[in-house]
Amino acid sequence: MGKAYIVGIGATKIDEHWEKGIRDLMTEASLRAIQDAGISKKEIQGIFVGNMSSGYLQGQEHLGSLLATWLGLPGVAANKVEAACASGGAAVHAAYLAVKSGLYDCVLAVGVEKLTDAPTSDATSALIMAEDQEYVAFAGFSFVALNALVYREYMRRFGVRQEDIALFAVHDHKYAANNPLAQYNKPLSLEDVLKSPLVADPIRLLESAPLGDGSAALVICSEEKARRLNKDVFVELAGSALATDILSLHDRPDLTTLSATVKARSMAFKQAGIDVNDIDILEVHDAFTVLGVIHLEDLGFAKKGEGWKLLKEGQLEKDGKIPTNTMGGLKARGHPVGATGVYQIYDLVTQLRGDAGANQVPDPEIGLAQNVGGVGGTVAINVVRRVR
Amino acid sequence: MAYVRSVPRAWRERQNKYRLIGGTCKDCGKTFYPYRGICPVCGSSNVEAKKLPETGTIETFSVVRTPPTEFTGQAPYVVALVRLDDGTLVPAQITDVEPEEVQVGMRVEAVFRRYREQGEKGIIEYGIKFRPVVNLESK
Repeated sequence: MGKAYIVGIGATKIDEHWEKGIRDLMTEASLRAIQDAGISKKEIQGIFVGNMSSGYLQGQEHLGSLLATWLGLPGVAANKVEAACASGGAAVHAAYLAVKSGLYDCVLAVGVEKLTDAPTSDATSALIMAEDQEYVAFAGFSFVALNALVYREYMRRFGVRQEDIALFAVHDHKYAANNPLAQYNKPLSLEDVLKSPLVADPIRLLESAPLGDGSAALVICSEEKARRLNKDVFVELAGSALATDILSLHDRPDLTTLSATVKARSMAFKQAGIDVNDIDILEVHDAFTVLGVIHLEDLGFAKKGEGWKLLKEGQLEKDGKIPTNTMGGLKARGHPVGATGVYQIYDLVTQLRGDAGANQVPDPEIGLAQNVGGVGGTVAINVVRRVR
Repeated sequence: MAYVRSVPRAWRERQNKYRLIGGTCKDCGKTFYPYRGICPVCGSSNVEAKKLPETGTIETFSVVRTPPTEFTGQAPYVVALVRLDDGTLVPAQITDVEPEEVQVGMRVEAVFRRYREQGEKGIIEYGIKFRPVVNLESK
C-alpha cells in the first residue's frame, strides 16, 4: 500500500456564524485547503463530508452532492460520513482508505457543523441522538448528563477532586488565546470554571465544550502526487483507525474507560509503526473536562485515575512531556461537532509545519488526534508524521 | 421541534419498556436492558428474555438543568443508572424526590410514569421511572 499525505489544510474560525450557512462554511474551508495545497480543484476525485446533525438542525441531508455543487465540481464522488461527534475523524478515515487503496490519488476530507441555527434546546435534542433514542434519549438524558454519570463515577472510584479535573478548561483557554480560529480568546481561571452554573450535576457550564459553527478541510493525496508539489514540510497521515464500543453506557462493563480508544490506539500505532513514547503532540476530545482526563489514561499517557496529574504537573503544556490541545482543544478552540475531528488534525499539521506562533511546540514530528463519538460509541484516531 | 412523531415506534417497544424486559446471555452471563436477540458483550445468540427485578440501587446520577426540547418545562429532573437487584444496569429517571436528596447507593423501586409528549399533536410516551423505596418500618 502507498502512503497518504496531508498536503493542504483550511478552516473557518469557529464562531456563531449568523451570516453563513452550512454550505458557505464547508465551501470556504474546502477552498482554503485546496489553495493551501497548491492544486487545482479539478484534481479532487473524492469528497468525504463529516457531519452529525445537518438533517435535524438544517433540514439538509445529501451534503456530498451539495458541497460538490457549491465547489463547482459536479461529477466528483462525494458523500456524508456520520459517526456522531466522531464524524470528522471518520471522514478523515474514509479519505485515508480511499487514498491508501490506490483508487483515488487526491481527495478532500471535510468536517462541518452548524449548531447555532437552532435554539439551544433543539441542539440538545440533536446531540443526544448520539445515544439510543428509544431507551436513553427517551428517558430525558441530555448529552451533558451522560458525561456527568461518568464524571460522578470517576471521582467516586478514584477519589479525584473536581478542581483537579476542571483544570482542563483553564488549560484549553490559555492556548486558544493565541489561536485566531478559536471560538474563545479569553483566559479562564479555575475559580471562573468552578463558579459557573451547573448544566448537569456535577458538570458546570465552563467545563463543557461550547455550541458553535465551523468547518475544516484537508486535502489528502498519494505520495506520488504529494511529491510533485513544492513543499518545505510534508505531513504523512501515518495511521488512521476507527473503533466502536457498545453504544450505551449502561450496557458496558466499565464507565470510566472508553474501550474504543484503547482499540483504535493499538491499530493506529501499528499502522504508523510507533508506540506511545513516540508521540510529540496530542489532541484529545475533551468535550467535558473529565473526558479529557480519561482519554489521557486510555491513550496510555497515565495510569487509570491519574490522568489529572499530567494536567496539574504542567506536562500538557507546549514545553511539557506531552503537549496537549495546544490550540485550545474542544473547550476553547471550539467543538462544531462533526468538524472537530478535522480541526484537530488542522491544528496538528499547523504545529508540525512550525506555524503555531506563540503556541508552537518545539520541533514536533509525530502527532495524534483522538476524536470521540457519543461517550465513546465511536473513537477515531489519526496519526500524523512530519517528513522533510 | 423535537424528534419526529411516531406511534408505531413507541408501540413496538411496549413490552420491554412497560414490563422491564431485559435479556440474559446463556454463554457469558451478561444481563442487559432492553431485550435483544444478540448479547452486546460477547455476540452470542444464546440469549433469553428475562423479566427484570423492580428494585435496585442508584449507581450514578445527574440532574438535567438544560433539557432537550421534548423535556422543556420538566427541568430540573434526575436521570440515573440504576443497578437492579440481579445486577442489570438500566437508564431511567428518578422521581418522587427532590434532586438534592438523591444519592449514590439510594434504594429505589420501579413505578410507571409519563416521560415525554410528541408535541401538541403527538402521543404521550410512558415508561418505568424509579422512586426511593419507602422504608415502612422506620415510620
